[in-house]
Amino acid sequence: MAEINTANKVTILALVENEPGVLNRIASLFRRRAFNIDSLTVGRTHKPHVSRMTIRVDAGSEYARKIATNLQKLVNVIDVRVIDNEPHVERDLALIKVRNDDADSRNTITEICDRYPARIVDVGPHVAIIEMVGTENIIEEFIDEVRPTGIVEMIRTGVVSMGRGTRIHDTDFKRPELARLETETGANGNGRVV
Amino acid sequence: MQLTGSEIIMECLLQEGVHVMFGYPGGAILPTYDAMSLYADRLHHVLVRHEQGASHMADGYARATGEVGVCIATSGPGATNLVTGLATAMMDSSPVVAITGQVPIPAIGSDAFQETDVTGVTLPITKHNYLVTDVRELAYTMKEAFHIARTGRPGPVLVDVPKDVQTAVTEFVYPAGEIVLPGYDPPWSAKEWEIDAALRLIGEAERPIILAGHGILMSGAMREVQELAERAQIPVSLTLLGKGALPEAHPLVIGMMGMHGEACSNLAIQEADLLIALGMRFDDRVTGNLATYALNARKIHIDIDRSEINKNVKADVGIAGDLKTVLSQLLPKLEGKSHPDWMGRIRDWQEDSSERDILNYETPGHLLTAQVINDIWKLTGGDAITVTDVGQHQMLEAQYYPHQRPSTLLTSGGLGTMGFGFPAAIGAKFGKPDEEIWAIVGDGGFQMTLCELATAKQENVNVNIAIINNAFLGMVRQWQELFYEKRYEATPMVNPDFCKLAEAYGIPSRRVVMRDEIEDAVSFARGIDGPTLIEFVVEKEEMVYPMVPSGADLHDMKRRPKPGEA
Repeated sequence: MAEINTANKVTILALVENEPGVLNRIASLFRRRAFNIDSLTVGRTHKPHVSRMTIRVDAGSEYARKIATNLQKLVNVIDVRVIDNEPHVERDLALIKVRNDDADSRNTITEICDRYPARIVDVGPHVAIIEMVGTENIIEEFIDEVRPTGIVEMIRTGVVSMGRGTRIHDTDFKRPELARLETETGANGNGRVV
Repeated sequence: MQLTGSEIIMECLLQEGVHVMFGYPGGAILPTYDAMSLYADRLHHVLVRHEQGASHMADGYARATGEVGVCIATSGPGATNLVTGLATAMMDSSPVVAITGQVPIPAIGSDAFQETDVTGVTLPITKHNYLVTDVRELAYTMKEAFHIARTGRPGPVLVDVPKDVQTAVTEFVYPAGEIVLPGYDPPWSAKEWEIDAALRLIGEAERPIILAGHGILMSGAMREVQELAERAQIPVSLTLLGKGALPEAHPLVIGMMGMHGEACSNLAIQEADLLIALGMRFDDRVTGNLATYALNARKIHIDIDRSEINKNVKADVGIAGDLKTVLSQLLPKLEGKSHPDWMGRIRDWQEDSSERDILNYETPGHLLTAQVINDIWKLTGGDAITVTDVGQHQMLEAQYYPHQRPSTLLTSGGLGTMGFGFPAAIGAKFGKPDEEIWAIVGDGGFQMTLCELATAKQENVNVNIAIINNAFLGMVRQWQELFYEKRYEATPMVNPDFCKLAEAYGIPSRRVVMRDEIEDAVSFARGIDGPTLIEFVVEKEEMVYPMVPSGADLHDMKRRPKPGEA
């Protein structure tokens, strides 16, 4: 199998408001500008109103910057960074269900898993689930190795990234009107009529 | 002060300096209309005949004044009817706030009567939008909406308010102070090295040209641009929406650029060694074929929208910032220059163009659109606000009605929305009641929104409507003539009697078929305090020249032959 060429891959980090519809706004932007992206992950951060996205683009840093300037225009996008050559940690997680119904396949799977940061998290008489965390490249290599044994199901989370050292991407963001409401009336104020 | 959501909307509009709103009532917005009665002395509501008209009126108001225009509609069909106007405002960066009713919160998502996912529908055609789910957030959201609409690169913002939020009661406090939005921070000034880099390119240029766009008007940078042009003796070419950025009578202004721009502008762009693009976005109607666009030129691009820089044309110096601020940084360091050879070359091109000018043609006395528009220009002292629709008359207005002041040509540039002109003119009149307003529209576009004749009558809006009637969808016909072997499919129009139509609405009208009738008709319209309609019956198959065919090189123009060659 050909090795995945990551030379052209660029990562965009975006801090966004944790609000309904924000993912929709971002997806809508990508669709209407015809931006092609490799993967997009989104999850909460340690700040209650902030989510963080990692967007992987397979088209070089100029293209990534184009996406970033457009993302930054969205009101709910707090901060955007393009990670190009900066040192960073990146991880992808894969769950891979493989055939496991004879001694041969069981041995092969165990042997391959030993050589990778992978572990078997569920074993049954016919199939096993392997969990693997690592860089995109290593996961691709691992998949290529187990493929002949018989992959029956697979899911990946997409890449998440974080800059090394003091390259900190964070925000003090708090939605201003929430701050106001919380101090004024408490969470269950008298305003809402349902 | 305890107020209902509806009253809060009214209070917020007042706080934002709104005096007039354009709208149409319906079930889900009824509480807000009910609240209007309490505010009728301070907030005037204009009842339109179709919500599209409301969004164009708000847009026209915004373009004429630079203030936020406001339109209101009910949920579902009311809101979806706003869509064309919002998309128009979005493309031309016009500050509009749209308030729509929504079904009550518990009904959202249930396919309730007149329910549409309006924030979903308008997501790609608004700068931002909101669904307000808590009356306590309403005041802040309204303030945010106005802030976002008018700052940075302006644009439309929609606030969708469920009916039960309109009726809910809460303590009203208008949020004090500036809005701070961490994710919204439009660029402002340039860095020193950017200014220096730009100055270096200007200093080295022998054939520079300024491309003056709409951003100049929105930033209020007219004086700065003029100073830049004058001190460094740089010719200025205008985009369609940039018209009025500098007085067109100014000797350095060489006219509009692009598909139907002045030939000298397009040729100068192609031969220039420096483009200074100010508040414009290199639209395809301006550049023609990008692969051959201004290949000899380095480019300085200043725009408030960072994502515009390097989008279509790669900039050697790209500065994201407010134009007035950036130019104020640049001007103190700018040294005087002159480019006599370059200006001489441009003058030669201009001379060639004036020989081809249709006004120099002998005509049999019946009407040509260019003459009609040029006569209106003369008869109004060149000082009216003209609002055009889209098509041949729009391009001919741009060519034959020179504008001397900012924001006196209002036209749908980016979206090219037929039906925009007449309602936008009504909106403009509300914003500029002391100005003379002319809606110059085609017979096709006018019929898309002519229901607003009733609005003009009901409000007695002093707008003069000039219908350029060639009984064709003229621009489409022109393309069919040039590129589809004259197969005039679906472009000939059987029109109503426009004067009788006006009469039915109680609006005075005239029909003009010969050139010597123009003056009388125009002064008739100017003499009436209220809407008037003049139908100009023009030649059926006119052409707008020059023309850069879609996708062709900018210098590859179809020209009108000189009189001797015709």
